Amino acid sequence: MRTRLHKSLLGLGTVVMAFPLASLAQQTQSDLNARMGMESHIGKVTGHAKNAQYDYRRYCVGCHGERGDGMGENFPWIDPKPRDFQLGIFKCRSTPTGTLPTDQDLSDTIARGLDRSNMPQWNTFTAQQKADLVAWIKHFSPRWANEKPGTPIEIPKEPEVTPERIKNGREVFARVQCWKCHGVTGEANGPSASTLQDDLGRPIAAYNFTDGSRPKCGTSDQEIYRIFMTGLDGTPMPSFADNIKPDEAWDLVFYLRALMSQPSKEKAMAKQLGLKPVDPNAPAGQQ
Amino acid sequence: MRMGTQSRQYSCAASAIPITLLAVFLVLATSPQANALPAFARKYGLRCSACHESFPMLNYFGQKFKDNGYQLMNDRDAPIWQNASYWPITLRMTPFWSRESVNKVAVDTAPTGEQKITTTGFNLGGLDILAMGTLEQNFSFQLVPSSDETGAFHFEAVNVRFDNLFHSPWMNVKVGKFELDSFISEKRSLTLSGSGGGYQLFHFIPVGDGNIFGQVGDNQLGVEWMGHSGDDRTRLSATVFSSTDGNVDLPYGQNSYTAFFAGSQAFSAGRLGVQRIGGYAMYGVAPTTFLTSGGVPIPGSGIGNKTFSRVGFEGLFYLGQHVDFQVFTQHGSDSAWFGACYGDIITGTCDPASQNNTTGALPLGARNPTWNGAFVETHYVYSPQLTIFQRSEWVRMSQQAFATIPSNVGDIDNYVVGYRYNPFMTSRAGFAFHNEYSWIRQRGTSPVSGTDLSSNSLMLGFDFDF
Repeated sequence: MRTRLHKSLLGLGTVVMAFPLASLAQQTQSDLNARMGMESHIGKVTGHAKNAQYDYRRYCVGCHGERGDGMGENFPWIDPKPRDFQLGIFKCRSTPTGTLPTDQDLSDTIARGLDRSNMPQWNTFTAQQKADLVAWIKHFSPRWANEKPGTPIEIPKEPEVTPERIKNGREVFARVQCWKCHGVTGEANGPSASTLQDDLGRPIAAYNFTDGSRPKCGTSDQEIYRIFMTGLDGTPMPSFADNIKPDEAWDLVFYLRALMSQPSKEKAMAKQLGLKPVDPNAPAGQQ
Repeated sequence: MRMGTQSRQYSCAASAIPITLLAVFLVLATSPQANALPAFARKYGLRCSACHESFPMLNYFGQKFKDNGYQLMNDRDAPIWQNASYWPITLRMTPFWSRESVNKVAVDTAPTGEQKITTTGFNLGGLDILAMGTLEQNFSFQLVPSSDETGAFHFEAVNVRFDNLFHSPWMNVKVGKFELDSFISEKRSLTLSGSGGGYQLFHFIPVGDGNIFGQVGDNQLGVEWMGHSGDDRTRLSATVFSSTDGNVDLPYGQNSYTAFFAGSQAFSAGRLGVQRIGGYAMYGVAPTTFLTSGGVPIPGSGIGNKTFSRVGFEGLFYLGQHVDFQVFTQHGSDSAWFGACYGDIITGTCDPASQNNTTGALPLGARNPTWNGAFVETHYVYSPQLTIFQRSEWVRMSQQAFATIPSNVGDIDNYVVGYRYNPFMTSRAGFAFHNEYSWIRQRGTSPVSGTDLSSNSLMLGFDFDF
C-alpha cells in the first residue's frame, strides 16, 4: 500500500509541476487582451471579465498585480505569497487534482477568503461582482482558453458519526501518513513539516489542526472531505482520492474533527474512547 | 419684561453668529477629517481603495472591517502576527491655500456697521495622530490625539472595543470616547473646506438655543453596543453617553445622559451595486439649572434636566461602479427651556444671571424649537484615484422658540463641490490634491442688521498621511 501511495504521489507531483512549467512564460498584455471576452457562469449570473477591471484595480491589484501574476506591491512583504493567476492552479477546488476549478469554486474562494493569509473574506461583493471577478481571474491564464474545468467530485451523504468511525479514521490517518506533515497530534510538526515547499519552491506550512484556525478551503464536514480528496494543487498536499475510499474518507473527517481544538461531538467521543495519537512505528493495521 | 428678554436673547444670539461662524470656519478649515489609516494598509497589504470609496469615506468592505473591530477575520488580526517593528500609527496633516469670504462682519468703521471681508493665504490643517487596531484578536482600540494648527492637543477618540463576544458578530461593546454609529460619517466626509467641510445637520442648534448638548456630530463619551450580520448587511447599535458633548471631567449635569440608536440594512440591486438604507434616533436630557458660587455657575452641578430629540433617515445608493450618493435627513426638537436659552451657562452661551432655571417658570410664549433638514452628497468616482463630489444641504426651522422670531431665522443652505485626486495609490501612504469650493448662508444672522449671513471658501489642499 505504501509503495502504491508513493507512486501515486510521484505521478501527481509530476502532473502538478507540469502546469506551472508550461505556463511560466509571462503573459503579455496582448495575451490578456485577447482573453478579455472571458465569461463565468455561476448559477443564473454570467460574469464578464471586462466588467471587473474596476473592482480588480480597487481591491485586488495590490497583491495579485496588474497582470495577475501575484507580483503586486505587497509581494515581497506577505506570506503566503499572493496567488499567481497566470498559472491557473488553485488550492480550493471541488474538481479532481490537476484540473481547473469551477467558476463556483473561484467565487466561493473570493467570498470565503483564505485564513492564515492576507486574503480577506470578500463577502461584501454582489453575486454579479464576484462573477465578473471570476471571469477576470480566468482571463489571466491560457489554461481556460484550452481546457474545461474538471467535474466536481461526488461527496456521498455524510454518515452518522460513531466511536467506531472515529477509530477507523485514526487508522486512515496513520495509513496514508497524514502525520508525516501534520504530526501525530495534528500540530503540524510531523517529520516532513519543516521541509515542505510549494510548487514554486517557497516554504509552506502544514495545517495545524489544534490551534483553532479554520481550514483554508472551508470549515464544513463536506469541505474538509473535499480538501483531502481533491488535494490542494500547487502545494505538497496531494489528493488521496486513489488511496481513501469514500466511506473511509468520512471516518477521516470525523477523526480530524476530534483533533481540532473547537468543541465537537467527535472530540467528545474521542475523549471518551481515550484515543491516543497514532504511533508512526506501529505495524500497518495495528494502531 | 419677558418679551424684552426674548429680544435680548435673540439679539445676543444674532450677534454671536458671525463669531460662531468664524470659529466654525477656523475649526473646519484647520481640522481636516481624518480616519483612513495607512497603518491598516501596511498591516494587511490592502490599498486605501479596498476600504475607502474615496479616502476617507468607507465603502461596504471598509465598513465591515470597521464593524469587525478593525479586523479582516482571517486569523491574522492579532498584532502577534505582525513584525515586531509594526506600529499601528498614522499621521495626517493638510497644508493648503484658501480664499475665505464672509459677506457681513461687524466692523467699527463701516457705515452700516457691517462689511464684507475676503482673505486669501496659505494655512495649515490640524494634525491627527491616528492609532487604531487590535490589542489581541477581538480586542480593538482607538486612540486619536488631535491638535489644531497651533499644536493645541485634545483627545478626539479614545476607546476599547470587545469584539464578537460569545463568538457572535452581534455582540460588540465599545467604551470610551467615540463617534456615534452612523454609516454616513462626518469624520469620513470628503469635504474639507472652511464653509462646507462639516455636515451642518450634525451640529445644528437653533439660533439662541441653550442646549449644552444636542447633536450627533461630535465624538461622545459613553458605551456602545453594536451588532451586525456576518456579511454586515444588517447593522444595529445602541449607545448611552453623558450629555457632555464629549467634554471630559463631567462639566455640566449631575446626572444627564443621552441614548442613540441606529440601524441599517443593505441589499443588492444587481448591477447597480449594494444599497444601504437606515435610520437613527437620539433622545436625551441636559441640565438647565446650575448651582453658583459668587454668581459663577459650578461645573458638574447641573440639574433640571430637559429633553431633546433627533431622528432621521440615512441612505447610501450606488448607480453602478462610478456614481453613488448618500442622503441624510433630520427632524430635531429641543425643549422650550433650551429654546429660551436656558442650559449652557457654563460656557457662556446663555446669561447666568437671567437664564439659570431656578424658578421653574418657563418664559411666556416659549415653545419647543423644531426643525427639519437634509443633505444629498453625490460622488462620481472616475477611478479609485479620482473622485468628484458635491453636497447640497438645507436646514429649515419649522417652529421657532418664540412666535416673535421670524420663521426663517437660522435656516441654512450649504453647497459644496470639489474633487480629490490621488496621483498614486499604494498600501503604504496616501496623498491627494484636494480642490473644493463651498458656499453657505444662514438666514437672519448677520451681526448688526440681522439679515442673511453668507460665506464662501475656495481651498486647494495637499492632504497627506503615512
